[in-house]
Amino acid sequence: MKTTLDKVEKGKKFIIEQLPNDDYKLQLIRFGIAEGERASCLDKILGGTIILKKNRLEIALGSELAKKIKVTMLN
Amino acid sequence: MHTTSQSINSKIDFKKVVLVGNPNVGKSLIFNHLSGMYVEVSNFPGTTVSVTSAWYKNYNVFDTPGIYGVSSFNDEEKVAKEIILQGDIILCVVNALNLERDLFLTLQLIDMGKRVSVILNMMDEVRKHKLIINSKRLSELLGVEVYETSALKGEGLENLEEAIKKARYGKEDKFIKEKLNLVKNEITDQAEALLFLEGDREVQKKFSHLKIPIEDIREEIYIHRRNRVKEIIDQVESIDTPSGLFFSKLGRMALNPWTGIPILFLILTLIYFLIGDLVAQRLVDFTENTIGKGLIEYNIKKLVALEIPTEINVTLLDDEDNVIENKSFVFEKGISNDEKEFQEFKNFIKDKNTELNFIFKNPIVEFFFGEFGVITMTMTYLFFLLLPLVTAFYFALALLEDSGYLPRLAALADRSFTKLGLNGKAIIPIILGFGCVTMATITTRMLGTERERTIATTLLQFVIPCSAQLAVITVLLSAAGPQAILIYVSTILTILILTSTILDKIIPGQSSPLILDLPLMSFPHLKNTIRKTYYRTFGFMKEATPLFFLGTAIVGLLHTTGLLRIWINLLEPLTTKVLQLPKESAIAFIMGMVRRDFGAAGLFTMDLSTYQIVVALVTITLFVPCIASFLVMIKERGIKNGLIIWAGTWIFAFTIGGILSHILM
Repeated sequence: MKTTLDKVEKGKKFIIEQLPNDDYKLQLIRFGIAEGERASCLDKILGGTIILKKNRLEIALGSELAKKIKVTMLN
Repeated sequence: MHTTSQSINSKIDFKKVVLVGNPNVGKSLIFNHLSGMYVEVSNFPGTTVSVTSAWYKNYNVFDTPGIYGVSSFNDEEKVAKEIILQGDIILCVVNALNLERDLFLTLQLIDMGKRVSVILNMMDEVRKHKLIINSKRLSELLGVEVYETSALKGEGLENLEEAIKKARYGKEDKFIKEKLNLVKNEITDQAEALLFLEGDREVQKKFSHLKIPIEDIREEIYIHRRNRVKEIIDQVESIDTPSGLFFSKLGRMALNPWTGIPILFLILTLIYFLIGDLVAQRLVDFTENTIGKGLIEYNIKKLVALEIPTEINVTLLDDEDNVIENKSFVFEKGISNDEKEFQEFKNFIKDKNTELNFIFKNPIVEFFFGEFGVITMTMTYLFFLLLPLVTAFYFALALLEDSGYLPRLAALADRSFTKLGLNGKAIIPIILGFGCVTMATITTRMLGTERERTIATTLLQFVIPCSAQLAVITVLLSAAGPQAILIYVSTILTILILTSTILDKIIPGQSSPLILDLPLMSFPHLKNTIRKTYYRTFGFMKEATPLFFLGTAIVGLLHTTGLLRIWINLLEPLTTKVLQLPKESAIAFIMGMVRRDFGAAGLFTMDLSTYQIVVALVTITLFVPCIASFLVMIKERGIKNGLIIWAGTWIFAFTIGGILSHILM
């Protein structure tokens, strides 16, 4: 199922399909959050801030940015 | 040992060793070990952009801000990039627990054609997490030496010298090498050539005259490098068995609103008791009044008054600081020439609660040592009020940072701050603002864009009352009753939302989204926390002291020339007609510029109705910041923006105060 990162529920795994095309894309790639990578939603904070988990890395992403990240759900 | 803060142009015969690493990898501890002095260890990305260097044997060692990659996305990266470009040897400090994140930077440094050694730090944590890292294999794959350390425990640091000596060019990526060949005739420095291909704006600008057709391959390079990181990780790291760790649980609890908000309240309560009560009230009362005014200022003034015509006004107070009696002692030829009068004065103040005001007949002496004396008042204010307060605030901040809580707090607050046109990181300057707006204004540097810095600065200058002011406001409001508190708080909150919404609309551009690495939570290392507090406090005092002196000098000059009086007179119609307050309150407003608490404190002595108190407090909260924070604002935001914000506070404060006054009265 294809959706955007802001809609992913807590605990679910997904593949990152598309990142927004700007400077933030490169910052995300540096963290290993690149297109084709698998990650999971560790937590969702009230208001939509997403805590993304990839291996031991935990990254907080603002909800506006999460809306622009397209993902495909796993499991 | 010799340290410098700015110059990177050290002598040519010395090799420049640059420490590079992601934020929070223990880089500064390693720098510390090499230099024999402590600098800064931090969890929160980007708390300082200043560069520190030191001498280690024949090497000139540079510390750099924590970065995730070499580019120009923010000031820290720009600073780090400049130092790396000029460095001969790079010690790349890596958090072994976060190889996947950190190796991106390592590979980029190798691709830049720099001589590198990798310091694999936090190996103790790796063992705790039951992770296995094959550092020999890592060394083979990277083509450079890898040294295991646990900087906090001091393990492996004896190999640092060898790491510097054995630094070498690593295995460059073939794909990137091919791309580099495209520009190698035009750009001879490999590091710059790489940054050029990676779309670094500053480097591209530097070579724009060469008219090299720019093919946008930065993303391609980044993804390629990312894939290499993955390949390396697969070969050197074996899968761990996480979960069950107390701190990762705590970290998650801090983020979950159900547990996170109670945790936040608990922390805020603790901070309130530490800073708001213990330091701001009890300690500052002792340092400011007993030591600052009672001991030091009194003795300096007495010394000055020895041979100079002086009048001492004594206000006798009871235990609740109510005025009982006023008396003045005149020394026409100075204290030393009128023993009798001085004895009488001493007997009068003996063992009593008094306020003393030395008035010097000579305007120059009055300027330096009088009531608003550039020397006397600034000294007490800076060292006996601000210093304990700023220290306490920085200490609390360092505790929160070193525990890994601060980034989580930023994540928790992100949504609310997005609505104000900021992102979660802005919570730091705003919290600091409740301590000292001047300190907080300096901290806005850590925000991502100029737009965010302007919004945060404006909010600080408009609506955030500093602790000095807050204390007076609390006393006056609690005396005025619950209705007054309600009107005050709701007005200020409305203004906060209104101001930020307007700014969000009128300032062009967009605020940066939150992309924040959440480090593992842990117990703060107290020694680190204390040293960090010391360095930040020292840095603040160094930066703010001249501005405070300048500020008082300006006010002192206005005072002695009588311009202050004229200004107060000009303001009087505004306060009486628009705000419907007694005309003496104009003095309170103007004095608020010297120190914000002076302004609010002036209201104590006036006989005001409940609504008048609310109007006066709202106006004084919104009104002009103290002169030191005004000067810092000018320095940080530039003259134009600074003056716009300053003028804005005048207009805003009196408009809102006026509206409120006419609604209420």
